[in-house]
Amino acid sequence: MNKRPSSLKLLANQIGYQNRRFRRNVMAAFFTLAFPLMFLLLFGALFEGVDIAPGVEVAAAQFYAPGLAVFAAVSATYTNIGISTAISRDEGILKRTRGTPLPPWIYVGGVVGSGIVLAAFGAALMLTVGVLAYGIEFDWANLVPAVLTFVLGVASFSLLGLALASVANSGQSAPALAQATLLPVAFASNIFISVRNDPPAWLGLLGDIFPLKAFADAFFACFDPFRQGSVYEPWLLLRIAAWGVLGALVFWRKFTWEPAVGGPTRSRRRR
Amino acid sequence: MPTVVVENLVKDYGTLRAVDGLSFTVEQGEVVALLGPNGAGKSTAVEILEGHRTRTSGQVTVLGADPATGGAAFRDRIGIVLQECGIERELTITEALNHYGACYTRTRPLDEVLELTGLTDLADRRTHQLSGGQKRRIDLALGLIGDPDLLFLDEPTTGFDPSARRQAWDMVRGLRTLGTTILLTSHYMDEVEALADRVLVINQGKLVAQGTPDELRAGIADTTLVRFDQPANGGTVQELFGDLTGTATAANNRIEIRTTNPTGDLHRLTDWALKHDQELGHLEVTRPTLEDVYLDLIGGDENE
Repeated sequence: MNKRPSSLKLLANQIGYQNRRFRRNVMAAFFTLAFPLMFLLLFGALFEGVDIAPGVEVAAAQFYAPGLAVFAAVSATYTNIGISTAISRDEGILKRTRGTPLPPWIYVGGVVGSGIVLAAFGAALMLTVGVLAYGIEFDWANLVPAVLTFVLGVASFSLLGLALASVANSGQSAPALAQATLLPVAFASNIFISVRNDPPAWLGLLGDIFPLKAFADAFFACFDPFRQGSVYEPWLLLRIAAWGVLGALVFWRKFTWEPAVGGPTRSRRRR
Repeated sequence: MPTVVVENLVKDYGTLRAVDGLSFTVEQGEVVALLGPNGAGKSTAVEILEGHRTRTSGQVTVLGADPATGGAAFRDRIGIVLQECGIERELTITEALNHYGACYTRTRPLDEVLELTGLTDLADRRTHQLSGGQKRRIDLALGLIGDPDLLFLDEPTTGFDPSARRQAWDMVRGLRTLGTTILLTSHYMDEVEALADRVLVINQGKLVAQGTPDELRAGIADTTLVRFDQPANGGTVQELFGDLTGTATAANNRIEIRTTNPTGDLHRLTDWALKHDQELGHLEVTRPTLEDVYLDLIGGDENE
């Protein structure tokens, strides 16, 4: 009698499978990797030779590259997981998977694991370009806090991506929902523009409610050239984790494996 | 113990009773078909057996387990070909089969599955480049990759052209000779006749008849059908019906008489026609087909 495949092996298979699907999907690759990279290059051109303050020898990119790394990571988790899971459900792939002996949590683990691998790749790409092309600096003493902050952030945004797939009623509405929630919040979250000095009250509030600014600021703390003492931001990390828990709850309560009745698969079959 | 045992299965969707007290068994190695019109409750019943849906009440045992609680160990032993189910467009056929195959304890060799489903030459193609019929064959291949003890086929050929249907039938027959137990649903009479050892006719969630195709036909075996066009003078032909031993029905300008005394009834009919100088256009005298039996059983209101 053969043994059932081990959970670890199944999980590794699932992560590889999701990564392979991502690599072959041009749209997903564009929004996750090319889009943030485009901003990095654009800002690099705009801020070339700009001095932060008189007598300060810090590249402008030091202030926006970590934020764009966070943006790439959030695109790889929240946006990518939300959209691809909603589409897989629409196509009946989730239902097919539910009919196999694969434990559901391993499928979900594969989706999240693949998102985190992509997020790490995306963020590393932004930071590497930042270091090589724009001379940003990183104090390797901050490596552990940077990695821990990053892992907490992408874990929370993965759960929010699953929550997004849970509330999106079709694979067609998921991309709109993802961008409509991410982009406005990104403008209030020190990603594209700095709102560190006296932002309008509503913009500050928008940033303070949602977890993106907390993630961007907590990660930037590990790159902040003027910071003294510990780079950990416990309150920001707590806020990020709280949103992750909220995402997990929505996922737990609302997620379905079956396509909506009358969804695209049905109409496709009628043709 | 039979592979499938269903007793008094009931499924309600709100106030609608989709499955209404269904009971049947499937023996090992048997190919059993659930036949019925759209909305008869076939797919709902099968999805309960697959573990995709919960039941309202009744007992269901599949391969010795309750599908609702059987979990991974249960799904390890079944293969499912759903009615409508997408395939990862980013993957090739081989990749998809390897991916799903990795979930099972036992797998049927990849080459054998490709061979059985006629996909050997397409194995390295991405799934989105394939036609509808080819995708349906991938569905079948994915249902077989885990070397199942029981295979569910939900309307395997709906939407196929005639030649693709024949090919699909050949595949299912091939599986039958290999000893696979199969539970299939269909609303095509000819499909069921070609494939199934035993047929369960379902209408409005209830089992209305069961047996081999021959047994079902035997239910009205001594009946003969006499059909002809409604004569121009339709009013008086109705008077004649009282003299016949069979029962007459009229639909779409055709009259059909079901009789166990064809000689006498035909004589009375032609006698009447000659006397009244009427022509019985397109007169035919036939044995009932399985299709007639089926239409009879479901009340003649098939939706297709």
